[in-house]
Amino acid sequence: MKSSTVETNKHKEVLLEVNDLKVYFDINRKKVAKAVDGVDFSIHKGETVALVGESGSGKSVTSLSVMRLIQMPPGKIVSGSIKLDDKELLSLPEKSMRRVRGNEIGMIFQEPMTSLDPVFTIGNQIIESLVYHQGLSKKSARKQAIELLNIVGIANSEKVIDGYPHQLSGGMRQRVMIAIALSNNPKLLIADEPTTALDVTVQSQILKLMLKMKDTFNSSILLITHDMGVVAETADRVLVMYGGQIVEEAEVKELFLNPNHPYTMALLKTMPNLDQHVRRLPSIKGNVPPAHMFPEGCRFADRCEFAMERCRLVAPELENISDGHKVRCHLPFMKGGEALGQ
Amino acid sequence: MANKEVLLKVSHLKTYFPVKANFKLGKRAVLKAVDDISLSLYKGETLGIVGESGSGKSTLGRTILKLEEPTDGEIIFEGQHIEKLKSKALQIYRNQMQMIFQDPFGSLNPRMKIEKIIEEPIKMHTTLTKSERKERVLELIEKVGLSEEALKKLPHEFSGGQRQRIGIARALAINPKFIIADEPVSALDVSIQSQVLNLMMDLQDEFGLTYLFISHDLSVIKHISDRVAVMYLGRIVEIASKDSLYANPLHPYTKALLSAIPVVNFDQKREEIPITGELPSPVNPPVGCAFHQRCPFAMEKCKQERPQLKEINEQQQVACFLYDDKEEIEKNLGSSMVQV
Repeated sequence: MKSSTVETNKHKEVLLEVNDLKVYFDINRKKVAKAVDGVDFSIHKGETVALVGESGSGKSVTSLSVMRLIQMPPGKIVSGSIKLDDKELLSLPEKSMRRVRGNEIGMIFQEPMTSLDPVFTIGNQIIESLVYHQGLSKKSARKQAIELLNIVGIANSEKVIDGYPHQLSGGMRQRVMIAIALSNNPKLLIADEPTTALDVTVQSQILKLMLKMKDTFNSSILLITHDMGVVAETADRVLVMYGGQIVEEAEVKELFLNPNHPYTMALLKTMPNLDQHVRRLPSIKGNVPPAHMFPEGCRFADRCEFAMERCRLVAPELENISDGHKVRCHLPFMKGGEALGQ
Repeated sequence: MANKEVLLKVSHLKTYFPVKANFKLGKRAVLKAVDDISLSLYKGETLGIVGESGSGKSTLGRTILKLEEPTDGEIIFEGQHIEKLKSKALQIYRNQMQMIFQDPFGSLNPRMKIEKIIEEPIKMHTTLTKSERKERVLELIEKVGLSEEALKKLPHEFSGGQRQRIGIARALAINPKFIIADEPVSALDVSIQSQVLNLMMDLQDEFGLTYLFISHDLSVIKHISDRVAVMYLGRIVEIASKDSLYANPLHPYTKALLSAIPVVNFDQKREEIPITGELPSPVNPPVGCAFHQRCPFAMEKCKQERPQLKEINEQQQVACFLYDDKEEIEKNLGSSMVQV
């Protein structure tokens, strides 16, 4: 299901580069929610990067910022740069940004019902984007739309194209969303929890389809998910977010076999999986702190089982511990926590 | 399992919903949400019900609680038929069965303080005095791991996991014997999921509760259940003890479900049972085995006859013609079919 990690090393050409991104939301005059607080990452051409975290960790805000879909106000992009193919997106005028959205960056959302317009036919919605971005005539756009529906595996596409979203099942709608997202051959596909609302058997079909499309169109994927199983099966590289920051970044295999941040370790331990035979699941105590009252030191310190005094005073930096593996933690685990005994 | 006491027995339960007249389907179209289901629940156990959306698992739960009117069949709770009971007589049984819902945001009244939310069922069903009720509420909120201060707050002040704890406290308020939990952890983050699952198991041990645990998530089901029933299109296709179901799934649908779960495994590629398409409509279900259109092993017989649940071994019952005679079972197990 996934391309091997060796392959990733080949395409080192950077497609998207995000530097020191800070996105804050004003809650009221006094409170500011630091939803994304200093995020750096890059995505290479042809690569699938997974962004993992709990709700409130800032993963969706990060992806919406890349699309420049943050509502302002109350949101504001305080600092940072987002470069797509060396083009700075944050300073682009809205008109040109509209050309980027849907054309260079495609997006798939979690809720296929709410992201399709219920009063337009499926065809209308695909054709709209083809006419707008590629300047096709309605007739040839329709032809291509049928073609796209075939590619994403919708049987009798000639009929479906004139149907409305409510006539389709969740899986079918998500296929239509993928068809729309891919209609203009985007360089980057952002998928925000694309399979969370779907059943497992449909989920595996959709994930396979996404990866196949990625290879066919040679695009890159930013996959936002909370499901570690999905990450393991689809991603090349993983970014773990907590409290608006990236706390760990590594190649997928490295992350699962040698997690270094206590949060990543806890996340991997708590997920119920089929091979476990324990009665009580390990769990992380407490909740994610709300974005307007992050603690001064490490944001995970209150829930961390290894927290030291220093963690509460000094915020750790994201540091390289080996090639391509970065961790934001004062404790150097190096061997997956063995040093401190799990 | 055989000498265990049966708490709830359901036999040939059917719940049909009328569908609006539609010229394509004929005038009297019905949606067969629960279509001839029989099962028993033993005291103190957790039976997991797993299935995809539209398989009828929630309707099954709601019908057992009589939140939906059964079309046909029997529901026997502690030896008493309750399928025909109406309002007053039913109240007595409602005391003993409670429900935990999926959406901790929608199932708590946003204008009520937590105190009131938990107190309400006690007020409804018992004769406790005001101060006794207060004491009980306090005891409950501590049982589910929240503090006294929580009682004075409103639902929106809590996170999803905390709200689910409140929902559990409310369900426990009148000492029920039997709890139906409908996707109780699906809306929660993984790290919070395990907290709530652990809490549910602790409470089960403490109060000897019996759970019917409905979920689409096979890993969660595996964790909490003693036995598991797999539903497909309103029917149970396989019911087995947890260990045998996960180690040796028999029904092709169970196998497909298990093989579709994304897992963390870098060493070996799993073989997947490819199933295509999606759940057919329960308004117009296929004749014969409900799964035959998507089943990679479908035979001629599957298209005509509906397979019944059959005991394969002590632990396992399956509704599939592939297991009709011994020869076929052996061929089947020995062949390339996947051991998940």
